[in-house]
Amino acid sequence: METPEAMKVPIYMDNAATTPVDPRVLEAMLPYFTTEFGNAASKSHVFGWRAEEAVEAARAEVAALIGATAREMVFTSGATESNNLALKGAAQFLAPRGKHLVTCQTEHKAVLDSMHALERQGFEVTYLPVARDGRLDPGDVARALRPDTTLVSVMHANNEVGVLHPVEEIGRITRERGVLFHTDAVQSAGKVPFDVEKVGADLVSLSAHKLYGPKGVGALYVRRKPRARLIAQMDGGGHERGHRSGTLNVPGIVGMGKACAIAQAELPAESARLLALRERLRAGIERRVERATVNGSLTHRLPGNLNVSFACVEGEALMLAMKDVAVSSGSACTSASLEPSYVLRALGVPDELAHASLRFGLGRFNTEEEVDHVVELLAQKVQKLRDMSPLWDMVKAGIDPSTVQWADNA
Amino acid sequence: MNYSDKVVDHYENPRNVGTLDQASPDVGTGLVGAPACGDVMRLQIQVDGAGVIREARFKTFGCGSAIASSSLVTEWVKGRTVEDALRIRNTDVARELALPPVKIHCSVLAEDAIRAAVADWKKKRGLPPAP
Repeated sequence: METPEAMKVPIYMDNAATTPVDPRVLEAMLPYFTTEFGNAASKSHVFGWRAEEAVEAARAEVAALIGATAREMVFTSGATESNNLALKGAAQFLAPRGKHLVTCQTEHKAVLDSMHALERQGFEVTYLPVARDGRLDPGDVARALRPDTTLVSVMHANNEVGVLHPVEEIGRITRERGVLFHTDAVQSAGKVPFDVEKVGADLVSLSAHKLYGPKGVGALYVRRKPRARLIAQMDGGGHERGHRSGTLNVPGIVGMGKACAIAQAELPAESARLLALRERLRAGIERRVERATVNGSLTHRLPGNLNVSFACVEGEALMLAMKDVAVSSGSACTSASLEPSYVLRALGVPDELAHASLRFGLGRFNTEEEVDHVVELLAQKVQKLRDMSPLWDMVKAGIDPSTVQWADNA
Repeated sequence: MNYSDKVVDHYENPRNVGTLDQASPDVGTGLVGAPACGDVMRLQIQVDGAGVIREARFKTFGCGSAIASSSLVTEWVKGRTVEDALRIRNTDVARELALPPVKIHCSVLAEDAIRAAVADWKKKRGLPPAP
């Protein structure tokens, strides 16, 4: 299939993985690499003062995006560090009170692996399941709480299926029971409204590069009233009110501030535009490709996310066929392990459909023309691969492959 | 995944995709793998009276290297005797396609598919299975 002339290829539709730096963000950052290069911790000269001023302005911009105050924001190297600091820091601080933690099976690896590390330190962790639509039942959170539970961590939006968890309900429950609530808002911040007061969150992880800021910088919201307390995981000069030592990444922080300010200002219009693009993609797939199923709730979902399984077609093969389109897949073949996506498994998606899944992440720079092109390409390539799929032959002959006894169903 | 040019070539221009008549007495069909594991290969061979493989067809559900591995073995088995085809090893496939370590199982599946197809043909012919 010919690519329309005006369209730039490759087309990037993997904005849940990362986003390009917005040119306005880059422009704001540039002086802080060269002329404004000071160390924000240098209190003795103007270079340091100017750097500090820029950091504090950015801190206010990041805080404003989630309805927090600047003094509650701790800058980190990214959301993986934010999640590690929030979970290990809070759990360790509260260990004298209790050693039981609650999270969800579909969390990002940065949360799950931090929890596993805490288990090795003697903590007990409950991993709650999700419903078929990918959402956690707040009632399950309430029932999982014990007298020794100190912390609940549930992400706002899932990174694979884009499903939004009922964080406000969960926040009410944790507040009532005097348990800290951490939420990983990396995928949702700047995409849908998120307010720490409405949610009742005590700790919130953010990342700059998911919202058109630079890589290598993130933030952790740490509530002051009532105060959430942490044990620092990085020791040194006591930067960031002792929460995170290390010279501040001034250009990165400036970029994150600018990215958050843009995201906040443009959120209502951009969120509606992305939803319209997403629905255009979904309707196009529905019209042009049979046996394509959306994974996860469509009502409680990020506007830019679509996760679809194309029956009888392996995801990695499909991505290879669509080589001018950047998306990702829940197929095992895209990872080092031979297991398909644990998130899709937790939703009860059968393994053969998890292998057949693609995740589309629409973003600020995608257009209707790109979406239309991707739909046409999908229709063509899915058909090509189904024509060489023995499973498709079975489906066409009226045999359900899931009822066949497969020899090496290891 | 950074595939070799050979994988990409077989993937983009797969050889011998299709179906032979499964009911025919001179056709052997091998179906290996499992959908839940992400690969299913169907290899069919048509064998003449002298035991030489005259035709081969495949259909595969799987990643790029699974498709390339099946495409390659259809080329390799054609013109060989069944006994000779059984001497094709997964390591030969992996080497020819320069498969990365994580994709070696695709070449194993291709070897299994040859064995299964030959076994099916032998069964139809009343021949003893391969040792």
